[in-house]
Amino acid sequence: MNVMINGAMHEGSPRAGQCLRTYLREAGWFGVKKGCDAGDCGACTIHLDGEPVHSCLVPAFRAEGRSVTTIEGLAGPCHPDDPEPAEFHPTQQAFLDAQGFQCGFCTPGMIMTAARLDQGQKQDLGTALKGNLCRCTGYRAIREAIAGSARSVERGGCGDPVGRNCPAPAAPLVVSGRARFTLDAPLGDTLHLKVLRSPHAHARIVAIDAAAARAVPGVVAVLTHADAPPRRFSTGRHEDPRDDASDTRVLDPILRFVGQRVAAVVAESEAAAEAGCRALQVTYEVRPALLDPDRALEPDAPRVHDPRDGPGDDAPPLGRHPNLAGEVHGAVGDVEVGLAEADFVYAGTFRSQRVQHAAMETHGCIGWRAEDGRLTLRTSTQVPFLTRDALADLFGLEKDAVRVVCARVGGGFGGKQEMLTEDLVALAVLHTGRPVRWELTRREQFVGTTTRHPMRVDVKVGARRDGTLTALSLDVLSDTGAYGNHAGGVIHHACNEVLAAYVCPNKRVDGRAVYTHTLPAGAFRGYGLSQTIFALESALDEVARGLGLDPFALRRHNAVKPGDALVSNSLEPHDVVFGSYGLDQCLTLVEEALQADPGPEPEAGWRCGTGMAMAMIDTIPPRGHHADARVGLDADGHFTVRVGTAEFGNGTSTVHRQIAASALGVTPERVRIAGADTDGVGHDTGAYGSTGTVVAGLATLRAAEALAVRIRTRAAEIAGASPDSCRVAGDVVETPAGPVTLAAIGPLDAAGRADGSPRSVAFNVHAFRVAVDPVSGLVRILRSVHAADAGRVINPMQCRGQVEGGVAQAIGAALYEEVRVGADGSLITQTFRDYHIPACADVPDTEVLFADTYDSIGPLGAKSMSESPFNPVAAALGNAIRDATGARLTATPFAPDRIYRAVAAGRTGLS
Amino acid sequence: MDLNTIETVLRPRSRIELPAWQDGDACLGGGTWLFSEPQVGMRRLIDLASLGWPPHTIDAGGLTLAATCTIAQLDRLELPPGWNAAPLVGPCCRALLGSFKIWNVATVGGNVCLALPAGPMIALATALDATCTIWSADGTERHVPVIDFVLGPQRNALRPGEVLRSLSMPAAALARRTAFRRVSLSPNGRSGALLIGTRAADGAFALTVTASVTRPLRLTFDGLPGPDALTRALDAAIPDALYYDDVHGRPDWRRHMTRHFAEEIRASLDAAPSPGAAS
Repeated sequence: MNVMINGAMHEGSPRAGQCLRTYLREAGWFGVKKGCDAGDCGACTIHLDGEPVHSCLVPAFRAEGRSVTTIEGLAGPCHPDDPEPAEFHPTQQAFLDAQGFQCGFCTPGMIMTAARLDQGQKQDLGTALKGNLCRCTGYRAIREAIAGSARSVERGGCGDPVGRNCPAPAAPLVVSGRARFTLDAPLGDTLHLKVLRSPHAHARIVAIDAAAARAVPGVVAVLTHADAPPRRFSTGRHEDPRDDASDTRVLDPILRFVGQRVAAVVAESEAAAEAGCRALQVTYEVRPALLDPDRALEPDAPRVHDPRDGPGDDAPPLGRHPNLAGEVHGAVGDVEVGLAEADFVYAGTFRSQRVQHAAMETHGCIGWRAEDGRLTLRTSTQVPFLTRDALADLFGLEKDAVRVVCARVGGGFGGKQEMLTEDLVALAVLHTGRPVRWELTRREQFVGTTTRHPMRVDVKVGARRDGTLTALSLDVLSDTGAYGNHAGGVIHHACNEVLAAYVCPNKRVDGRAVYTHTLPAGAFRGYGLSQTIFALESALDEVARGLGLDPFALRRHNAVKPGDALVSNSLEPHDVVFGSYGLDQCLTLVEEALQADPGPEPEAGWRCGTGMAMAMIDTIPPRGHHADARVGLDADGHFTVRVGTAEFGNGTSTVHRQIAASALGVTPERVRIAGADTDGVGHDTGAYGSTGTVVAGLATLRAAEALAVRIRTRAAEIAGASPDSCRVAGDVVETPAGPVTLAAIGPLDAAGRADGSPRSVAFNVHAFRVAVDPVSGLVRILRSVHAADAGRVINPMQCRGQVEGGVAQAIGAALYEEVRVGADGSLITQTFRDYHIPACADVPDTEVLFADTYDSIGPLGAKSMSESPFNPVAAALGNAIRDATGARLTATPFAPDRIYRAVAAGRTGLS
Repeated sequence: MDLNTIETVLRPRSRIELPAWQDGDACLGGGTWLFSEPQVGMRRLIDLASLGWPPHTIDAGGLTLAATCTIAQLDRLELPPGWNAAPLVGPCCRALLGSFKIWNVATVGGNVCLALPAGPMIALATALDATCTIWSADGTERHVPVIDFVLGPQRNALRPGEVLRSLSMPAAALARRTAFRRVSLSPNGRSGALLIGTRAADGAFALTVTASVTRPLRLTFDGLPGPDALTRALDAAIPDALYYDDVHGRPDWRRHMTRHFAEEIRASLDAAPSPGAAS
């Protein structure tokens, strides 16, 4: 078959059922991405004879004799390995100027679609872009790129780069489709891994007959629990591995959820590996399953981790009930006394559903034995160092016998603070001695990775007539699913800042995380706080209503201020301090913005309402978070920053570059970033808990400052002057004896480290004005305002993007998204058509405002700002819908079919 | 996605070249659904595009759409004046969950054969009295009204070896005035209820209910019913079990929206036609 690809004739023979997406990737065009492989996300969009199509849906044979343009060739004819073009296509340039991307995984498809929109389509981007999903940006930057109305990033220029809108270092590679993500590598002789997954929620594998599978041509190995190391581990990764229960095996004869790995087949092709999986004959002993978390702690509930299955193991759980995966109990004062003193008491039960991260790049990795014999993995992770440590521990290897690296990572949101593919790929590499790759399909991403912890929160609030809080009580039930990854961490975090944010003499918490025979929950943006904040901030809204108080005033009256003790549910000492405080500013900024512009009027018959909520978060996770950084002056007079952090849309490479450039007194263009390689620096806990700026950034700052001293000292030696009289300026150091070039000074290098303590607090306030159609239950957001206290903002344009992205993801969780589990424990929502993440039409522009603060703990005054914007959104929306309709919705998502029902019930109640 | 079990693609140039049907055969239209899901039972694809059917034919009798007519081709079609139902085409195309890039490839026949409750081509064809022309394996043809062709979610009336050739909509149906209503849980989401009303020059009224129910339904009246009569007819025609229940809407909401839209449509078609609109 002959196809013209990016201006050159390409000859090949596609497989009969092959789609054009993989055909193009096999030809080296890695800009054609796989987000869903089902025509929903648009990441694989190409032009076929000039017309945009989802290449995952086009049978490859239909390209015969036609012309294909991929993102690489949009600006003109090119070859697969060419560098980015000298001149970009106007749409690429617009995405550069507007920084219309974060992780960049959806960007090639977004640009290929946008490049073919006519003027009419550009007037209605909600419709035109319904086949292009972005999980990072919240679409505002994309809309502005396409409209050409964006404020541009700032290139070049002089002066301190901190506080400026510098572009992302990888931007030209991202918009030209040349940024390399995890699996953007030639196949060579790499084997493919596929797994057979459990059809049962709870079963024991009695036998696996692999003879037929091994006989499938191309199958190299079949791996079962008999081949897996006996050691247990947790997929959840923390600095201290003991924070998560070691309850998981690479392959386990006990199956605890529908979708758990049963066995793996490694083969010369994906097709052979799939055929091998289908040929496996497995005999199951099906057992009773526990699907309802409310039943988990009943004495006769089926046990998810039954000690009888592992005699001799000290396998968890070691709690009072075998299904108790983690708990937190605490109290200050006496809640009963506080409730008795209250003039108004509100009690309610709030439920937060299971939602999925839905990063556009699915989990996946490639493993091989390097020439020096080391086990090497290139993987899509937020925690390369902790993954390296876990693999070494699991397979009994020295740490330096394992190397983990990341290419660019296509989104994380907490979902990649887990080891979900690396363990099995490592096993396959050790078993076969050959390179092995495993790329999760989108379905596997839904059925076999992790979700947010679904929670039921019983909240009770007491207040005096003037609004003074007298009692706060939370009873939390968290469903961690079949494995305890993050069960403890999430329940503790969920019950912490939510209470510490308010001054109240009487607080009480009882939180429990329970195992069920369902898909494991894990780390998710907000780490438990979004669920409890939804409950408490909804309850506080009812308190304000009940007392006839303004909701902003109620927060001002009760929220913590510098001078107050930060107390959640105990008086134990901790390392959280007010490094800065901007909550007061955030409340005022949002209140005034909403008053100044309440948004458009709704159409006739729709009801209007406003609602707000706030959130506090510690800027760094507890119990240790460490980062090493090294900054080097290279022989060419440029600088290289080595950090452990992966770039997955969090923007840390931009921030690290600006921090280093600022400390060194050079332009950011002179600074290269080399991240996420366990060989690069000593240690890095990882980019979770929004630590990319405040921990790894602080380490970078310290390393850069130390290097700056060394440069001046060296220049002073050369010039025979004192270091204090030397100053870096451009590509030279100015000395009293004249300029010394940086190239003459290098190479030099310096190290820096940060240990994540003490910690500060950051704040977010969100308000919505909404219109609700009482007939259909449809909600329209008329106005969305968010204020963030991020300390000194290193890159306002990028930080705004992080806030917008967090708000958009939270709007998805509040209005649309729900991972549905069927009566047999199987997953109903396995595609983006059934699990609706926000598309362009679903997300309004949010006005983002920053408090003017300077943190005494974070680097250069900065604080964390990635996960926390998510946290107040559901409550703010629920409060606005309550204001509009009178109906208090106590469970997310607030879908029209639920709102209709709640409004109808309220109407009946009133009549 | 790659369909790794496919061994052969057959590309017949004419009906005579259609192969004898085997287990594991599938007809390939646009491929937008076929390639969107794992199809582990399939071995051969029969490419309908290679048959080269003209996408659409307009004559005095009405409109015939080849099964392989793409959504984009239908959307661009200029219908003759006097076909008052023409404004229905655009909203039905836009009701497709897929993007305009899908319209470039997805076919009318594929949407009907897939038989999803929310299939907007099913709604359009049902409202316009379409008849399916089916090529049977023995070389004969049979004709089935679209409302009898779609049996339930992902179930249609095709027998093994049969191919949907075309959909024909009579000119009389195309001359009717229409009203369209649709709702979904998200702004551009899959339809939770999609209703179409038609009113003939002689006053006859028909209401097509789709998306909210497991298969398309059509209620016909000689004249415009009153609100109560319409509600009674709806309740009689749609027992609760017929309301669809999936992640795109709960059945009680679908029933509520169906009743609401039915009345809105009834009221909107109560008014006299605008002058010159009908002939």
